[in-house]
Amino acid sequence: MSRLPTGGQIDRTRKISFRFDGQYYKGHPGDTLASALLANGVRLMGRSFKYHRPRGVLTAGSEEPNALVELRTGGRQEPNTRATTVELFDGLQAHSQNAWPSLKFDALAINDRLSNFLTAGFYYKTFMWPAAFWEKLYEPIIRRAAGLGSITTKPDPDLYDKGFLHCDLLVIGAGPAGLAAALTAGRAGARVIVADEDFRMGGRLNAETFTLGAQSGADWTAQVVAELASLPNVRLLSRTTIFGAFDHGVYGAVERVSDHLLTPAPDKPRQILWRIYSKRALLCAGALERPIAFANNDRPGIMTASALRAYVNRWAASPAETVAVFTNNDDGHRTASDLLAAGVKVAAVIDTREDAPALQGAEVLAGAQVTDTAGRLGLKSVTVRLANGKSRKLDVGALGVAGGWNPNVALTCHQRGRPVWNNAIAAFVPGAELPQGMAVAGAAQGHFSTHAALHGGADSARRILADIGISAAAPDLPQAEDAPVNITPFWHVGGTKRAWLDFQNDVTVKDVKLAHQENFRSVEHLKRYTTLGMATDQGKTSNMGGLAVMAELTGKSIEATGTTIFRPPYTPVSMGALAGRSTGRDFKPTRLTPSHKWATEQGAVFVEVGMWLRAQWFPRAGEKTWRESVDREVLATRASVGVCDVTTLGKIDVQGRDAAAFLNRIYCNGFAKLAVGRVRYGLMLREDGIAMDDGTAARLAEDHFVVTTTTANAVPVYRHMEFARQCLWPDMDVQLISTTEAWAQFAVAGPNARKLLQKIVDPEFDISNDAFPFMACGEITVCGGLRARLFRISFSGELAYEIAVPTRYGDALIRRLMQAGEEFDVTPYGTEALGVMRIEKGHAAGNELNGQTTARDLGMGRMVSDKKDSIGAVLSRREGLNQPDGLRLVGFKPKNPKARVLAGAHLLEIGADMTAANDLGYVTSACYSPCLKSFIAIGFLKAGDERMGDVLRAASPLTGDDTEVEIVSAHFIDPEGERLRA
Amino acid sequence: MHDLAPLTALAGTTPVQDSIGPVTITEAPDWALASVAARLGQEKACSTALASVLGADIPGVAAHTQGPAMSAFWTGPHIWIVEAPYDSHEDLAAMLSAKLGECASVTEQSDAWVRFDVTGDGIERLFERLCNLDLAKLGQGAARRSVIEHLGCYVIRGTEGIHVYGPRSSAQSLHHALTSAARAVF
Repeated sequence: MSRLPTGGQIDRTRKISFRFDGQYYKGHPGDTLASALLANGVRLMGRSFKYHRPRGVLTAGSEEPNALVELRTGGRQEPNTRATTVELFDGLQAHSQNAWPSLKFDALAINDRLSNFLTAGFYYKTFMWPAAFWEKLYEPIIRRAAGLGSITTKPDPDLYDKGFLHCDLLVIGAGPAGLAAALTAGRAGARVIVADEDFRMGGRLNAETFTLGAQSGADWTAQVVAELASLPNVRLLSRTTIFGAFDHGVYGAVERVSDHLLTPAPDKPRQILWRIYSKRALLCAGALERPIAFANNDRPGIMTASALRAYVNRWAASPAETVAVFTNNDDGHRTASDLLAAGVKVAAVIDTREDAPALQGAEVLAGAQVTDTAGRLGLKSVTVRLANGKSRKLDVGALGVAGGWNPNVALTCHQRGRPVWNNAIAAFVPGAELPQGMAVAGAAQGHFSTHAALHGGADSARRILADIGISAAAPDLPQAEDAPVNITPFWHVGGTKRAWLDFQNDVTVKDVKLAHQENFRSVEHLKRYTTLGMATDQGKTSNMGGLAVMAELTGKSIEATGTTIFRPPYTPVSMGALAGRSTGRDFKPTRLTPSHKWATEQGAVFVEVGMWLRAQWFPRAGEKTWRESVDREVLATRASVGVCDVTTLGKIDVQGRDAAAFLNRIYCNGFAKLAVGRVRYGLMLREDGIAMDDGTAARLAEDHFVVTTTTANAVPVYRHMEFARQCLWPDMDVQLISTTEAWAQFAVAGPNARKLLQKIVDPEFDISNDAFPFMACGEITVCGGLRARLFRISFSGELAYEIAVPTRYGDALIRRLMQAGEEFDVTPYGTEALGVMRIEKGHAAGNELNGQTTARDLGMGRMVSDKKDSIGAVLSRREGLNQPDGLRLVGFKPKNPKARVLAGAHLLEIGADMTAANDLGYVTSACYSPCLKSFIAIGFLKAGDERMGDVLRAASPLTGDDTEVEIVSAHFIDPEGERLRA
Repeated sequence: MHDLAPLTALAGTTPVQDSIGPVTITEAPDWALASVAARLGQEKACSTALASVLGADIPGVAAHTQGPAMSAFWTGPHIWIVEAPYDSHEDLAAMLSAKLGECASVTEQSDAWVRFDVTGDGIERLFERLCNLDLAKLGQGAARRSVIEHLGCYVIRGTEGIHVYGPRSSAQSLHHALTSAARAVF
């Protein structure tokens, strides 16, 4: 069978060319991949998960479990896309999944013959021994044999956006209920968002033949959508799935902006992940038809009855010339009459009900059941057991199965709401506990007639809007069908052959019986044991069948058996949409230092330090290794003068009458008496007594300090201080603000540092050693009047300063320093040289302030003042932190200067086994010292202060390094501090 | 007068301007900024003094007000950021500190931020891809703290568009976010 000669919401004037498994086909705008394939006579679209059974479409919507295809190629290849929702576009390429070598001949269909072994729990029982085989052998084999699509290993070339929308009313689903609600709210002036997963709004109105007033469903939809589109307060989002109901009325949505195009337009995203902030939401998600399980009910051509008539009515595509319908309710008869009207032969309506109504134009087999089917790659016939017990074979190419409708309650459960059983429609309906601000209308609420949906939508909208102070008038709604639900629940046909419940996971009635037999009877256990309801469709068409069979086996009602909980996402969300633009180099923002442009011009090598990019070293012509550059930078700085951008260190402006008293509580050492114009090194502890961060505080005025932090802890320290200010001591007069970004700050270090600075500091400021000694600070001007700050502090151990100017002048200042420093052979140095010099000087940094060490460990125990209280002081005196054999910061020098010592190496006695019990400590920082012409290191050693001169092993089982090191003072260079005071 | 040449946050000598569809995104370096935080117990005095300096009411919570020469926006309880043209007010912090005296702590913030002015029709559609503010409800004079491109930013609704203040060191990332979102929308 192919395309019906008339009808359907497709544009027959245009043809679209597409490929499926390499073969070219034609379709029309308005088609889905599934409808176009059916119109081309293709029923076989995939192979099943476990048994590799031939499969075709089961549904015509997003609930599809079977017809999963790999869409597109290359980096755009996307597995597990549902052919039923893929909007056809010119050049579309799709491939069937899970079949080898071809869809028609699949070698792994052998699994189907082995089905007696491959029952639920098979893997758990079979592949238990030996345990080591699971990961390397069993799992890869099983994964290859079972499974869904394959992912591409190429990067996705497309863009994905994220965004935020706000509304009074979010209408989820644009079927009759949703459209009536949107019309009501839109006309009242409310801010409305209408989201619908289809590319054509209207829901079932597009797939049914009944009229609304004098119009067809499709025409009425078009008219309403046009009016809504004309209202500025209404936003229509088609191709948009609401995938989750989150806290406070926030809904997650994916808008497929470009999925219906071959490639997105330049700079345009493929998809947008919206977070919709709604005051109220109305769920009009409709209902999903459920199948009935019977033997071999999974052949291509067997589908839900509503899907069968949707393909005929909306897409003018009939899967076969002759069809049959298997139903337990009146809705199945609607399919038969629609197909008859479209010219499709209906062999019979097989109705499980003894009292089935008659139907004009087709035979109704009342009290009959489908007991088996035939057709290897597509349905050829069905066998029916008649009411009188006799069998009849019907030659049909398609069978519509109508097992009743399940209201689409998934989103009502996203915050743990439980649906409740409604006997009248034999289905679960939304429970009383809905996500905050949500209401439900139409078929999703269990009101299945079009009349009920229209009025339910409009009435709910009015009620909701009244709740948020918007009064809305009732719209003029058209006359519509109001057929009652007439169903006799029937879930599966008895028998010994396999009858599928979950098509996607190949779960049959037998598997549920086995689960019951093995005592996996709770619904949650049933799901995990059989995999019923897992994977991409999350059991939309299978859960109810599984529950019903379990209920039957346990003798409980379905209501008492309960359901598993629905969680987001409603349908799969691509990782690309979740990531948005935060991928690759845009994963996080980058922070650039004020000298970045200049450093780039110098050919600097950059390193990521948090979000910052810092110059790591500045290679010069002829230097072959990074070490050569770093050694040169260190030696040049120690010999004359070097400059380093230290803007990344945190700067916190602390002001107020109580600023000094505040810092006195923040730092463990004293700050109350620091003189104006002086800087002090400060160590702050966490509440538990462990060292938190170190830095300096410069007193610019009685009530004004500038605190510096390490680069890594700039934010945590600011947060810590803000917490202390607001929550611990709100009675103190202290104001804090970060100025990290406001000032470009450079370290100028080396014996000629002062001479260099004197060339740019304005002459009225005396920075001689007498006027501006070690640990002095002041507000000055440079280069003829630019405001600046100067601090005489040293991380390198040299005569050193840090100079700060407003950030916009940072670039000009580094250029000026380089120019003025030419006569001193000034050298820019990067973070590597900075690190070497601070290790040579024995200064602690992040490696030592590692969240496990105390002031005492760091050799600064006496800094913790007992003359005052400060954060962490009391707990730093805990016995456990003050053991005689506690760790101490010491230096290490290898016996062989050329032998490297690695940070992370552990310390052992010579001859001791490399075991945790023999561990004496560890190396935290190591480098090659070009000044000492030896590798050096610092780290923590048990009772290290008593072991000077001892020789130990620094060994790493990870790298195999094993070096004899002598224990020395951590201060390798200028331990007396003469240089920095020069 | 010193002889150092400034760079803009995007490391240029002139501000970067991008016109994308109907919107224009302009780097705006010509603003001096200073934070003003009332000292404990001086909140009233500080508000009064600041209003007098501004020549306008001090901005209320999450608001921005414009005075004859300066403007200000609220950033926290009794904390504001004052804006003035950079050329005429490079010493804004010092000037405010002198005028407000003991009742406030003033800190220079001029170069802590990069400012982008975004103008043109449809900027609401642009910002819905950037931050979670409901711009339809944000009238002129609104000043909000929000997150754009993972960065804490101030979003201010001015007379002619939206001013975005973001951390200066991330100016390039913020600029990339603004312009690529604009290209995606328009």
